[in-house]
Amino acid sequence: MRTDECLAALAEHRTAEVVIASMTSAVRWPAYSDHPRDLIYVPSTMGGAPSLGLGLALARPDLRVVVLNGDGSMLMSLGSLVTIGEQAPPNLVLVVFDNGMYAVTGGQPTPGAGQVDFASMALAARWPITHRFSQLGEWAEALPGLLRAEGPAFVQLTVEPEPTSITAPPVPMSERLTKLLAALD
Amino acid sequence: MPTIDLAGIAAQLQACGITHMVWIPDSEMGGLEAHLDPSIRLVRACREGEAIAIAAGLMLGGARPAVVIQCTGFFEAGDAFRNVAKDLGLPLFLLIGHRNRTAFLEGRSKDSAAKHLQAVLGAWELEYIALEPGGDPAVIGELYARSQGSGSAAAVIVAE
Ligand SMILES: Cc1ncc(C[n+]2csc(CCOP(=O)(O)OP(=O)(O)O)c2C)c(N)n1
Repeated sequence: MRTDECLAALAEHRTAEVVIASMTSAVRWPAYSDHPRDLIYVPSTMGGAPSLGLGLALARPDLRVVVLNGDGSMLMSLGSLVTIGEQAPPNLVLVVFDNGMYAVTGGQPTPGAGQVDFASMALAARWPITHRFSQLGEWAEALPGLLRAEGPAFVQLTVEPEPTSITAPPVPMSERLTKLLAALD
Repeated sequence: MPTIDLAGIAAQLQACGITHMVWIPDSEMGGLEAHLDPSIRLVRACREGEAIAIAAGLMLGGARPAVVIQCTGFFEAGDAFRNVAKDLGLPLFLLIGHRNRTAFLEGRSKDSAAKHLQAVLGAWELEYIALEPGGDPAVIGELYARSQGSGSAAAVIVAE
């Protein structure tokens, strides 16, 4: 399945969730969503999106937070799976797009490309909900439940490798944050 | 020799209205956890870069976190600091244990972690003050108020 198809399915089911999009997802998500609760996280700190989502989920248990992450970024902060497993925010969903590559830097293979079982790592870190999908239909079917589930919920999506490039959105980060914060009230 | 006033530091965090302490301990500040008011939620991170990103999310959600780490961890967390303080422009507040500061200043240590911290803080243009042994922890409250007022990151370096 393709990253774009997965994002389109998410956009279809998403209602009031905060969506933090990083790496390829940050590039492609705006094609499917222009919601005030979107955070296109560019520039970012690579590996930081799940932790940013954790902080927001802890501070605002009334919100639901969905983080879209790359596999290379997940590898860079594997410990954050353990931190989130311990804090166990029920309102956090972390989606890892496993394309087996660093897509935005030209498509170089990640360590262990395509062979890393992130979902089992999340399970081992005591996440109550973990999934690994490689079929679009499975992902689309699971989405409504996942967005309401008592999490934290982890999803590994095995997607086609598609190199891309990343540039910061034209709207400055300060303006994007102001818009997001207003939408969180 | 005076030691770190952990109870005083914990009292300052509480007085500042800190809601979350995101941390990785070191041997000198490690005892802080025992003094922490139960109203402050402890978040144990695995890496300091993670701690800083967690604090950023907490701030976006309206919480008042403090990140408590050793200077070694601050070196490790450079990119997270850059993103949170500079790109996101959030008033990140840090307590940084300055390993071997006192011994270094007295010429008894050559610890590279002690030697380079202030140059690194300077390079980041990060406002900081040092809490020396026997110093008044009230500087924490003063700097926190200033940083939240100005909307800029700040750090207290705690001499170890
Ligand atoms: C700390 C750090 N190291 C390296 C980079 C360079 N870099 C930017 S994006 C990227 C690849 C991200 O890969 P992944 O998370 O798998 O997402 P994808 O590009 O596949 O969507 C790298 C290595 C960086 N920005 N920060």
